[in-house]
Order: sequence, then C-alpha cells, then structure tokens
Amino acid sequence: MTKLQFNAMLIKTITTSAMLLLAVIILSPFLWMLSASFKIQADIFNYPIEWIPQELNWRNYATVWGEKYQFVQYYWNTIKITVFTVIGSLLTSSLAGFAFAKLNFKGRDFIFLLYLATMIIPSQVLLVPRFIVFDYVGLVNTHLSIILPGIFSVIGTFLMRQFFLTIPGELLEAGKVDGAGYWRIYWQIFIPLAKPALVSLLILTFTWTWNEYENPLIFLRDTSLYTLPLGLTNFVDENGTDYTLVMAASVSALVPLIVIVAFFQKWFVEGISNTGMK
Amino acid sequence: MKENIAGYLFILPNLLGVFFFIVLPLLFSLYLVFMDWDYLKGFSGLTFAGLDNVVRMTKDEYLGRALVNNAVFTAVTVPLAMVTGLMLAVIINRFVYLKNMLRTIFFLPYVSSLVAVSIVWSVLYNARSGPINSFLRDIGISNPPGWLASPQWALIAIIILVAWTYIGYTLVLYMAGLQGIPKDLYEAASIDGANRATQFFKITVPMLKPTSFLIAITLIISTFQVFAVINIMTQGGPLNSTMVMAYHIYLQAFQYYKMGYAATLSWLLFCMIFIVTLVQWRSQKKWQQHF
Repeated sequence: MTKLQFNAMLIKTITTSAMLLLAVIILSPFLWMLSASFKIQADIFNYPIEWIPQELNWRNYATVWGEKYQFVQYYWNTIKITVFTVIGSLLTSSLAGFAFAKLNFKGRDFIFLLYLATMIIPSQVLLVPRFIVFDYVGLVNTHLSIILPGIFSVIGTFLMRQFFLTIPGELLEAGKVDGAGYWRIYWQIFIPLAKPALVSLLILTFTWTWNEYENPLIFLRDTSLYTLPLGLTNFVDENGTDYTLVMAASVSALVPLIVIVAFFQKWFVEGISNTGMK
Repeated sequence: MKENIAGYLFILPNLLGVFFFIVLPLLFSLYLVFMDWDYLKGFSGLTFAGLDNVVRMTKDEYLGRALVNNAVFTAVTVPLAMVTGLMLAVIINRFVYLKNMLRTIFFLPYVSSLVAVSIVWSVLYNARSGPINSFLRDIGISNPPGWLASPQWALIAIIILVAWTYIGYTLVLYMAGLQGIPKDLYEAASIDGANRATQFFKITVPMLKPTSFLIAITLIISTFQVFAVINIMTQGGPLNSTMVMAYHIYLQAFQYYKMGYAATLSWLLFCMIFIVTLVQWRSQKKWQQHF
C-alpha cells in the first residue's frame, strides 16, 4: 500500500466515524423516545440522560395496547385505507402513465401539462370544497373519503410516465405487429417491465397514506374510524403529561413503518429520486 | 384513430379522479370566494357576498402575522435543509464507507409520521426539564430558550424540527444528482490545480442546479402548506408567533365554519405559491430538461 492510498483510507475512516456520530445525533430523538417509553414517569427527565433505562418497564406498552385504547383498531383502519389507496393508485397511475408515455393521442401533452400544473395547488384550496361535497353526499366520517381522492395520484402518474419513457417504443410496435391489443401490450409487456417503478410507487404511496394527517383530521369524526396519526394525537390529548405512555404510543405508531421503509429503502430512494416529489 | 381511443381509455380512470377531486373542487372553491356561507344552516345559509371576503382580509389581524410567519418559515427552512443536505450528500458520496446505511439513517426522519415526530419533539423541547434544555444547562447556558412556550423561540423550534425531517429528502435527491456528474470533470479540474473548494463551487454546485431547482420548488410548495406540526405542537401560539396560513384556513373552515372566507384565504395561499413557482421557473429554464 502506498502512502497516498493509506492517507485516503485514513481520511475515509475519519469522515465515516464523524458521519456515524452525526447519524447518532440525527437519530437521537428516536432513541430518546424508545428509551423513555420503557421508563417510569418519575425518571423520564433524569439528567444525564439514561439512554438505557435501569430496568425495562413494559407496563406502558401494556397500557397503550390494552382495552382502554383502540390502537389495534387504529392499526386496522390505517392498514385498510392504505391497502385500498395503494392498489387503486398503482392501477390508475400505471394506466395513465403508460398512455402518457407510449401512446399518441390528441391533446396528450397538453393534458399532461395540466396534470403537472395541479401539483402546485395547495391542499387547503381543495379541502374546503371537498369537505362540503363529501358532507352533502354523506361521505364525511367514512374511510372512503380518504381512500377515494388518494386513488387518483398525479405524482404517481408522473412517476410511471417517467419510467415508461425509458422503455423503447419498439416493444409497443412489436406487440402491435403480433396482433396484441393495447390492453395486452400494457398488461403483458409493459407492466412486467415496470416492476421496479411499481415497487417504488408502492412504497411511496404506502408511506404517504400511512402518515396522512390533514385529510383524516377533517373527514373522520368517530374515534373508531381514526387512523394511526389521528389516534396518536387523540391518545396524547387524553394522557397529555404522562410522557412515558405518550412515548410508548409514539413508538407503537412509528417503529413498524420505520422498519418497513428501512427494508425497502432502495426502492424508496429511487422513487423520490425519479419524481423529486413529496 | 384506434390509438387515440386507447389513449383516452387508459387515462380515463385517472382523469375522472383528477376531475372530480381536483378540478371541480378548485372551481367550487373559486366560487366560494364570492360567497358567504353560514355552513351550519346548510345550503340556505349560502349568500352572495361580492368582494366582502376579500375586503375582510384587509381587516384580519391574524393574516399579516400568518403571512410573515409563512415567509420566514419557508425562507429559513428551505435553504437550511438544502445546504445541510448538499454538504452531507457530497461527504457521503465520496468520503465514507457504509454509504447506504448512512443514507438510510439520515432519511428516517423524513419518512416518519410527522405527527409522531411532533409529539416526541414537543417533549424534547419541554422548557423546564426537557432533555434539550437539560443538555444546554449542562454545557453552561444557564438561561436556555423557552422553545415552544416562548413567542421568540417557538417558530425557530418548529423550523429546526421541520428542517430535520427534510434533510433526508434533500440528501437523497442530491446524492442522485451527484451520480450524474461525470468524474472526469473533477479529474480535469484537479490537473488544472483546482482545489477541493474550487471544485465544489465551480463544478458541483453548477452541475447540481437542476436538482437544486427541483428541491427548491417542491420544498417551497410544501413548506408554504405547513400544518400538522403547528396544529400538534403550538396551535399557532404562543401569542400567534407560529400562526401560519394553513392553520388559519383550517380554523376558519373547520372550527368557525366560515367556508367562504376560508376559501378566499386558501386562494391567497395558492396565488403566493403560484407566483413564487413562476418566478423560479422563469429564472431556471433548465428545469425543462426534467421532462
């Protein structure tokens, strides 16, 4: 090993250690949350911070998941809404994205531009009229009021279009020559090729829907319909100053999602990189 | 011809949804700007108001505060998240082992539920005995900030938290952008004797312009709409120091049921976002490369 290579390695090792330290600092709110969730109320603000509690107190979790609160219900509601939204938006987005990228039809680019333009509309502009209409047709206080608007994703269409653009148009022509209709070309040629993009969109939509707060806050009234974020705020309202309980509830709401996203991080990163959209 | 029909059929499901859940509400909302609606009376509470709602904005004591707070919030949060994300991306991209692991860690805050994160930070910020202030006292700051309880510090506290969540987003996009810069540019520059700093400012930053533009636009749009953090942590307080447009609109619409006025405020927010986006777009035609 030359001196130069050694120096490069040394620098790399030092920066890696520095970055790991920074990573721990970035993660410290989560670490604090985790450790606080196992403490008893009297110890929570002890300083120096006891990152590892002297004894693990599981009682907070027992309370959070006990019969008095509806965390199981919140989870179930969130899963239900998320699954329907994800499936629906994958379907409509891949259909529209395919057409916008690969089919020539009149007004295509104009419609697509309008699509893009809708992305700058703040959700507040849409929430008021949506609430009025949903109230009128009886959708307020149902899960459909969250699922329905979520199914038609402009960002999803954008992501799928960008992906389909990278697939050579010859595949479409070849399909046509073989006598396949557009549906078969879409379903049997393009969808199998689009798996990476679909997985990216899946994990993105999953996360957004799972974490959605403003829509459920406005449209859902009964606590039995609440999603996880809403249930969590509800829990905090009831147990405001019992911070250890609140932290156990936060861990219960956060950790499963964090594990899933960390597991799928490659797809997630690709999805964000390809759309640049939140 | 056949392709025309197929094209329309393929976009139809999505188009219908966009029409019913975006275009129609948008038009309805514009109509509401000119109406007064006592919502609790149902449709009979709907009366024509002309420009009353617009005039009312000039007398709204919260509006000025909300606009200033929104401007400050965006103007600080976006550059903060962008600069931090860029620096981390450059370092992680070139000078570390465990690249993927580090990237995953840094973007965990971004994918976490903002609700849960806000709740955790509320406790961290606890002025009397929270861990942040305990730490500050420990390192010799005898009078640490009151954070969420203090009118001077509440907005800053929120900015820190939100920037923390956005770093993962800017980092991921910048890392993707860095992959697109040809390596030989740096080699040529170092042969010419350019040092690391010069390379960063003369190659990295200009080459990342499209990425920066994309990040700036998306972050500006989303920071203008900041809501969840405010609703959970401060409810616009203390003393309106964290009052922002989205929260003001929410209160008007869903606490006081002033639908017409809420719609008017939301259009003001929309106009602001529209103008900022337009100005940015004009100043950076390069964005079009992205399509």
